[in-house]
Amino acid sequence: MPAKRPNNPARELLFGDLWEYDPAPETAPAHIAPRYDLFINGQFTAPKSKKWFDSISPGNEQKVSEIALANEVDVNAAFAAASAAFPKWSKASGAERGKYLYRIARLLQDRAREFAVAETIDGGKPIRESRDFDVPVAAAHFFYHAGWADKLAYAAPGRTLAPLGVVGQIIPWNFPLLMLAWKIAPALACGNTIVLKPAETTSVTAMKFCSILQDAGLPPGVLNIVTGAGDTGTNIVHHPAAAKIAFTGSTTIGKFIQRTLAGTDKRITLELGGKAANIVFEDAPIDQAVEGIVNGIFFNQGHVCCAGSRLLVQESVADEVLRKLKMRLRHLRVGDPLDKNTDIGAINSRKQLEKIQELVKSGVSEGAEIHQPACKLPKRGFYFAPTLFSNVSLSHRIAREEIFGPVLSILTFRTPEEAIEKAHNTPYGLSAGVWTDKGSRILKMSTELKAGVVWANTYNKFDPASPFGGYKESGFGREGGKQGLLDYAQIV
Amino acid sequence: MSRLPITKTPKCFLGGAFIRSESGRVYEHKDSAGAFVCNIPLCTRKDLRNAVEAAAKAGPGWAKRSAYNRGQILYRIAEMLESRADELAAAISLTNPNAAASREVRAAIDRTVHYAGWTDKYESLLGSVNPVSTPHFNFTVMEPMGLIGILAPEESPLLGLLSMILPAITSGNTVIALASHGEPYPSILLGEILAVSDLPGGVVNLLTGTRADILPTMATHAHLRAVYAAANKSERTEIQQGAAEHVKRTVFLPSEKPIDWFADDAQGLYHIRHFLEAKTTWHPVGV
Repeated sequence: MPAKRPNNPARELLFGDLWEYDPAPETAPAHIAPRYDLFINGQFTAPKSKKWFDSISPGNEQKVSEIALANEVDVNAAFAAASAAFPKWSKASGAERGKYLYRIARLLQDRAREFAVAETIDGGKPIRESRDFDVPVAAAHFFYHAGWADKLAYAAPGRTLAPLGVVGQIIPWNFPLLMLAWKIAPALACGNTIVLKPAETTSVTAMKFCSILQDAGLPPGVLNIVTGAGDTGTNIVHHPAAAKIAFTGSTTIGKFIQRTLAGTDKRITLELGGKAANIVFEDAPIDQAVEGIVNGIFFNQGHVCCAGSRLLVQESVADEVLRKLKMRLRHLRVGDPLDKNTDIGAINSRKQLEKIQELVKSGVSEGAEIHQPACKLPKRGFYFAPTLFSNVSLSHRIAREEIFGPVLSILTFRTPEEAIEKAHNTPYGLSAGVWTDKGSRILKMSTELKAGVVWANTYNKFDPASPFGGYKESGFGREGGKQGLLDYAQIV
Repeated sequence: MSRLPITKTPKCFLGGAFIRSESGRVYEHKDSAGAFVCNIPLCTRKDLRNAVEAAAKAGPGWAKRSAYNRGQILYRIAEMLESRADELAAAISLTNPNAAASREVRAAIDRTVHYAGWTDKYESLLGSVNPVSTPHFNFTVMEPMGLIGILAPEESPLLGLLSMILPAITSGNTVIALASHGEPYPSILLGEILAVSDLPGGVVNLLTGTRADILPTMATHAHLRAVYAAANKSERTEIQQGAAEHVKRTVFLPSEKPIDWFADDAQGLYHIRHFLEAKTTWHPVGV
C-alpha cells in the first residue's frame, strides 16, 4: 500500500526538455509530381488558362507541386465531359457502378501510406491522423457506398432513387481526400457524374486520386477534377449543366452560393461552419473527458467544422477540468507533421494562421484568460501553440466566431437547462458533445440539443454509415448513411 | 320585415386567438357576382412577427407531444372539418362557383386523416440505426425543424392550404401560413375549426393579406427554419435570396403550372421529410 502523503501529492512526471524525443519521420515516398494538370474526360489535360500555381507545404513553406488553374473554358470542358458520360453511367446497372467503387476503395487501401504522406506534406496535418484516420476512412466511404449502388430502391420506402445528372462539388482544405470521398462516393453510387474542385491549398491528393480512377478503369468523364481558387468554384456554381451544387466550407461562402443560385432549379447541399458545445457534467469520467476535449479541439489543429470549440463545464468540476487540461496540453507535441510523434501539425496556410492569431488577440483584449503551454515551434512553417481560454463569456468573439484553429474557449454552467441554453446561443448547429456517466442524461441532452451530430463520451468520430450534417446556419443535407444518399438522388 | 342575419367579422387565427391585423387594415372580399361579403384582415409583417413569436412559444410543447397524441389531434381536425363540410364547400363556391367545392372539402378531410396516421410511423421509415465500426450505438432520428413559413396557393384555398400545413405539423413543427389572397374565406373557417380541434394555440397560425406585405419578412426572418411556398419564379428567387441570410431551407411548388392537389403524390411520407432534420447520436457501448 502506498504511503499516505496528504500534503505532498505525487508529482507529475513532466520531463520537459530533459530528454528530447528522437525525430521519427515517416519516410514512405509520397510520389508527388512536380506539376499537376486538370483531370477531364479520363485524361490529365493542360489548362486552357496555361497557368499553374504553387502548392506549398505548410510544415516548412517549401513548394510541393504546381497545380493547374482552371478557367471558365476548362470548367466548361469538364461539364461537357460529365454531361456526355451521364447517359451511359446513369443507365449502367447499380451492381456495375458499385464494382467500380469497390475497386477504388481497394486501390486506395493499397496505396494508403503513400496517400497519407502526400496528404500530410501538402496539408500539414500530423501523419498519425492522415495515416490512421483520413485515408482509411476515405477508403471506407467508397466501400460503404459501393454496396448501395444496387440497393437504391431500399433507401426510400415505397419509392426508388433516380440520379440527378451532373453534380458540381466544392470541397475544403481540412480533410482533402476524405471530403473528396464523402462527396464522390454517394454521387457515383446514385448514378450521377461529377465535376469536383478541391481546395486551392490542398489539391495534391485529389490529383493523385485521379491515377486510381484510371487504374480502376472508371469510364472517362464520370468524374472530372478541376483545380483552382474561388473563381474556378464560381464557374462551377454558375454552370448551367450543374443539376446540383454540393459545398463544404465556410458559412459565408455557403450563403453566397445559396443567394447566387436563387431562382434556379439547382439543388444545393451545404455543410458549413460550426461552434460546437462540448458539455461536461460533474458525473463525467473526468480523465476520459479531458482526452475527449483535447481530441475535440486539437484534432487536425482544430481545422474541423465540428470541432468542440466551446467547452461547457459544470461549475463544480470546472477547476479540476481546467487544471487537468492545462497539464495535458504540456504533453502535446507540436511540430513537424511528418513526425510520427507529432500531435499537432502545421496550420494549413499563412492566411489561416493570421486569422487564428487575430481571434486569439481579440480573446485577450476582451478579457478572457489565456493559457498556452511553453512549447518550441519550428522556425519555418505555420504553427500555433494549443491554446485555452478560461473566463470566457458568451459575448466574446472567441465564443461566437468559428476560429478553425487549436483554440478552446471554456465556459461554465450549473444546470442542464443552462447548458442547453448556452449551447444553443449560436447561429450554428453542426455538432455537440456530452460527457456524463448517465445514459438517460445522454439521451435527454441529445434530444434537446439542436445539432446534427451528438457525440456522447466521445468526440470527432466519423463513419460512412453515420449521417453527418448540420442544423441552422451549419447548412443542410447530410453526408453518409441512408440519409446522405437521398441528397444525391431524386425520389421517384 | 324579415330578420337581418348576423354577419361574421373575419378574424385571423394567431396564437390560438382570433385577431384583426395590427395594421388596422382590411381588404374587401366580394363574391363571384361582385357583391360585398366581408372585410378580410390585411396582415403585415408585424402580424407575421407576432405569429412567429406564438409559433416559437408553441413549438417545444407540440414537438414533445407523443406521436399518438399528435395523431389523435390531427384526426380530431378531420372530425371538425367533416362537421362543417357544407359550410366549407359554400365558402369555396362563394368566390369560385365553378370549383369542385364538395370534392375539395372531402379531399381535404381525407388528407387530414392520412397525415393523422403518419405521426407515429415516419420515424420508423426515415430514421435508422447505423452500423459504425467503433463500439457505439449510433442512431439517426428525424426531428422537426421548428418554425415553417408557408405561402399557400391562390387556388384550392382549403385543400392547397391544408396540404401544405399538414406535413409540417405532423412531425411537430409549427407553422405560419399566408392564405390565398383572392379566396381567403376558407382559411378563416379553418382557423375556427382548428381552434376546437385540441390543437395547442400557436401550432398553426393563419394570416390573410398580400404576398407583397408578407413574403420579404417571411424569407428573411431568422426564426423561421424553412419556407414552403407555392410560388412563381420571381417569388422563388426573392425567397431564396432572403433565405440565404440564415441558411434557411426552401421547398417550392412552382405555380407556373396548375398544381394537382387531388393527386396521390400531393401527400405522403416525402412531404413530411421536407421539414425534418436528421440528428445522429453516438452513444457509448461499454461497461
